[in-house]
Amino acid sequence: MVIKKTFGEKIFDVFNIILMLILVVVTLLPFLHVIFSSFSSSKYIMQTKGLMLWPKGFNTKAYELALENPILGRSYINTIIYAASGTFLGIFLMSMAAYALVKPEWPLKKTFIIMIMITMFFGGGLIPTYINIRNLRLLNTMWVMFLPSCINTWTIMVLRTGFNQVPSSIAESAYMDGANDLIILFKFIMPLSKAVLAVVALFSIVGYWNSWFPALIYLKDRKLYPLQMVLREVVTLGENAGIEQMILDSMSDIAEEGGDFITMREAIKYATITIAIGPIILVYPFLQRYFVKGVMIGSLKG
Amino acid sequence: MRVTTSNRINKISTNLKNNDTMRMLIKNRYIYLMILPVTIHYIVFSYFPMYGIIIAFKDFKASLGIIRSPWVGFAYFREFFSSYYFWRLIRNNLLLNIYLLIFAFPAPIVLALLLNEIDNLRFKKIVQTISYLPHFISIVIVVGFLKDFFAREGFVNNMLSALGMEPQAFFQDPKWFRPLYVASDIWKGVGWGSIIYISTISSIDQEMYEAAIIDGATRFQRAMHITLPSISATIILMLIFRMGNILNVGFEKVFLMYNPSIYETADVISTFVYRRGLQGAQYGYAAAVGIFNSVVAFIMIVISNYVSRKFTEMSIW
Repeated sequence: MVIKKTFGEKIFDVFNIILMLILVVVTLLPFLHVIFSSFSSSKYIMQTKGLMLWPKGFNTKAYELALENPILGRSYINTIIYAASGTFLGIFLMSMAAYALVKPEWPLKKTFIIMIMITMFFGGGLIPTYINIRNLRLLNTMWVMFLPSCINTWTIMVLRTGFNQVPSSIAESAYMDGANDLIILFKFIMPLSKAVLAVVALFSIVGYWNSWFPALIYLKDRKLYPLQMVLREVVTLGENAGIEQMILDSMSDIAEEGGDFITMREAIKYATITIAIGPIILVYPFLQRYFVKGVMIGSLKG
Repeated sequence: MRVTTSNRINKISTNLKNNDTMRMLIKNRYIYLMILPVTIHYIVFSYFPMYGIIIAFKDFKASLGIIRSPWVGFAYFREFFSSYYFWRLIRNNLLLNIYLLIFAFPAPIVLALLLNEIDNLRFKKIVQTISYLPHFISIVIVVGFLKDFFAREGFVNNMLSALGMEPQAFFQDPKWFRPLYVASDIWKGVGWGSIIYISTISSIDQEMYEAAIIDGATRFQRAMHITLPSISATIILMLIFRMGNILNVGFEKVFLMYNPSIYETADVISTFVYRRGLQGAQYGYAAAVGIFNSVVAFIMIVISNYVSRKFTEMSIW
C-alpha cells in the first residue's frame, strides 16, 4: 500500500492477524491433540488434562492394537470399493446426461431437464426411500452403498458447465468425420475436460469416504460396513467388542507401561481416528485448490 | 444388437420421411441412449419413493404392500399434530436454525471481510487453506472431537476447573446441546462458507477502491461502503437458502450428538422420523411427519424467495 496507515488502522491490523491466528489454532488443535495422543504412551493420556501438545512417551502400541481390529481393515477396503464404484459409475452415467444437456434442442430435452430439476426440491423422504430400497431387494448389499447415491442433479449441472467450455468446433468437426455422440463425448469432450472431471471425482470420493448414513439404515451385516460406521462405534459410542478383548489380552504389557484398560481404549480411539483421517490430511494440501475450483463451477449455475 | 436397431430405425425413417418429430428422434438416437441410464436411475431411486409417499395415508402392512394396504386418510397427521412431540419438535428445529442464522450465518461473511484486509498474501493463503480443512472431515470425526474436548474430564472442563468454575456435563445437560451444535457448525463450515464471499470480493473493480482512497475514505469506510455492498447480493442469496431451510435440521450430527437425556432440546424432526419409522416400524406415521416437514420447507422456500424478489429484486428462480 502506498497510502500511509493511520494509528487506528495499524492497531486493527494487529488485531486482525491475532484473530486469524486464533482461528488457525482452534482449527488445528483437535487434529494435533488426536494425532499426538495416538502416538503417546497411554499412561499420559489421562494426566495431560485433555490436551496433548506433543507426543509423550512416544510409542505405536495403540496402532498395533487398532490395526488388530479385523473390522477396521475390512471397512477400509469396503470404503475404497464404495468410493471407487460410485465415482466411476456416477461420472460415466452423469457425463452422458451432461453431454445431452450441452447438445442443442432435441425432443423431450425440456422434459428431461424438468425431471432432474424436480428432485432438487422434492424427495420421497426417509421412510418411502427405505421401503423402496427394501422392495428393490437392495437391503444389506454392497450395491446400496453406491448405486442410489452415484447420480445427482447438482453434479450433472457442474459437468454440463465443464463440457460447455470445450469449443463446439471440436464436436462439429468430429461429427463431420462421422463420429457419433458417444465417440464425441468419450474421445473428444471428456479428455478435454479433465479439470472438471477431477473436481467432480474428488468431491465424490470425499463424499463416499465420509458417508455412513446409508450404512446405518440399510446395512445389518458388519462385514459390509464402511469406515465411518466402524469409526462411529469406536469414537462416539465408546464401544468396540473386538477391541476390548484385545486390550484385555495384552493387559500385562499395558500395565507394565503404567496404562490401564480405559486409557488404552482412549489411545486406540485416537489411533483409529488418525488412521481414518490420515489419507485426507495427507492429500488435502495438494488438492485443496481443485476443491475451491469446484465450488466456483458449482455456484456459477446459481 | 446395435446393427439391428439402426436397421430398424433406418426402415422407420424411410416410412416416415415427412414426419419432423420422428426425424429428430432418429437423428438424436444416441442422445436418448445416453440419457437412458440416468433416466432409469431417477425413476427408480427418486420417483418411486415420491410415489411411496402415499404410505403416509395408509395403514401399511408389509404383507400387503403399499398399494393394497388400507387407506387411513389424514389419521397420522392428526395424531402427530395433537401429540406432545409436535410442539417440541417444531421448537427444537426452529430454535436450532435461528441460532444458526444469528451466529453461524454471519461468521463466513465476517471471515471474508477480515481476510480481505490482510495485505500479506502468503499469510492470507495459509489461513484460508487451514480454514477449509474441517469441511472435509466427516461428521463422525467432528462429533468425536467434540465429545473428547467436552468430555467430563476433557480439556474444556479442566479449563473450567482451573478457572474455579463448575465443570459441566455437556452431553447430558439439555441446555448445552444448541451451543455445542452451533459452535461445531461454525468450526466445520466457517472457512468453506467464506469461499463464495471471497470470490465475490475478488471480482470487485479495484478502481472503486482507488477512487475512494483519493477521496480520503478510511479502510473501515471502504469496507463498509464498497466491499460490503458488493457482496450484499450474495449474502441475500445465501440468506434465502437459509430461510428456506428454517425448519430443516440434518439427521447426522444430531443423531451422533444426542441421547435420551437431552431429547428435550436435541430431538428434531429427522431423528424423530428415524426412531419412529425405522426403529419403531411405524412407517405411515413417520412418513406423515416427514411429509409435514417437506411441505413446510417448500412453503418457506417459496415465501422467502417471494419476499426477496419483492424487496431486493433477487431470487433463486
